[in-house]
Amino acid sequence: MMDITQNYFEFLALPVTYQLDLQALSERSRELQKTLHPDRFSHLSDRERRLSVQYTAYLNEAVATLKHPLSRAQYLLKLKGLDTFSESQVQLDPMFLIQQMELRESLEDIASAADPEAELEQLRQTVEQEMKSLREQFDRYYQQSTPSAYEAAAVCVRKMQFIDKLGREIEVLEDQLFDE
Amino acid sequence: MAYSEQVIDHYENPRNVGKMNDQDDNIGTGMVGAPACGDVMRLQIKVSDDGVIEDAKFKTYGCGSAIASSSLVTEWVKGMTLDQAQELKNTTIAEELALPPVKIHCSVLAEDAIKAAVADYKEKQAKK
Repeated sequence: MMDITQNYFEFLALPVTYQLDLQALSERSRELQKTLHPDRFSHLSDRERRLSVQYTAYLNEAVATLKHPLSRAQYLLKLKGLDTFSESQVQLDPMFLIQQMELRESLEDIASAADPEAELEQLRQTVEQEMKSLREQFDRYYQQSTPSAYEAAAVCVRKMQFIDKLGREIEVLEDQLFDE
Repeated sequence: MAYSEQVIDHYENPRNVGKMNDQDDNIGTGMVGAPACGDVMRLQIKVSDDGVIEDAKFKTYGCGSAIASSSLVTEWVKGMTLDQAQELKNTTIAEELALPPVKIHCSVLAEDAIKAAVADYKEKQAKK
């Protein structure tokens, strides 16, 4: 029986880990979706049908959260009592902010560059590299499983949030420049 | 979400966008960011020998409210003393721009930025 008081990992019968097997995630999700299909509930009571709707919503939320590396990291920290989903007041490393400012400035300059396509590609690679190294750092801290390591993992998450936003802005610019 | 007229005005005609040399002794630079929305803001002040802010510049990558908040702050702090600038409250900014509750954090970011700029300037002076 499904239980929505379980966390997303437990609900999907997956190990609680950052290095999640995405293949297993989509397989488990498909299996659960099959058992939750509304047609299978047509003969059931209102209460049971309501439950199936609840399970489906929980399943969708779980899959969406665990699939994305950033929200998966945030969710793991939330399970440890650190909520990075809605915080706004945090101290950030000034060097990191300067770097973010510079990356955004170069993104802004791309539209008027001689070869925007090449520069955009280069910037995208920089952003991907940065994201990859933050994910690795996060996982190392997370696995240390101490309060101070979780704090350090939260710092990685905050940085990932900026990089993630920049990545989305790169995609938007890409669409604007080349998808005519 | 609808922006107020004041926000649109600052967004469409941002005041004092730019950069000053952050290596100069009379320049204070404040860098802040909001992870939840990925916004980054740089606010700089140029301070005269008698402690008055002569000029201010900003650059903000973020939503309209964040741009408007920092633009407004650069307008306000010109002519202020460092102490006056440090006392600037986000509530005053939010009120002037008629920011809705979900955008209050943008005015907090601008307050943090001016405080950081003043602190950076003071730190530079102390090192001299």
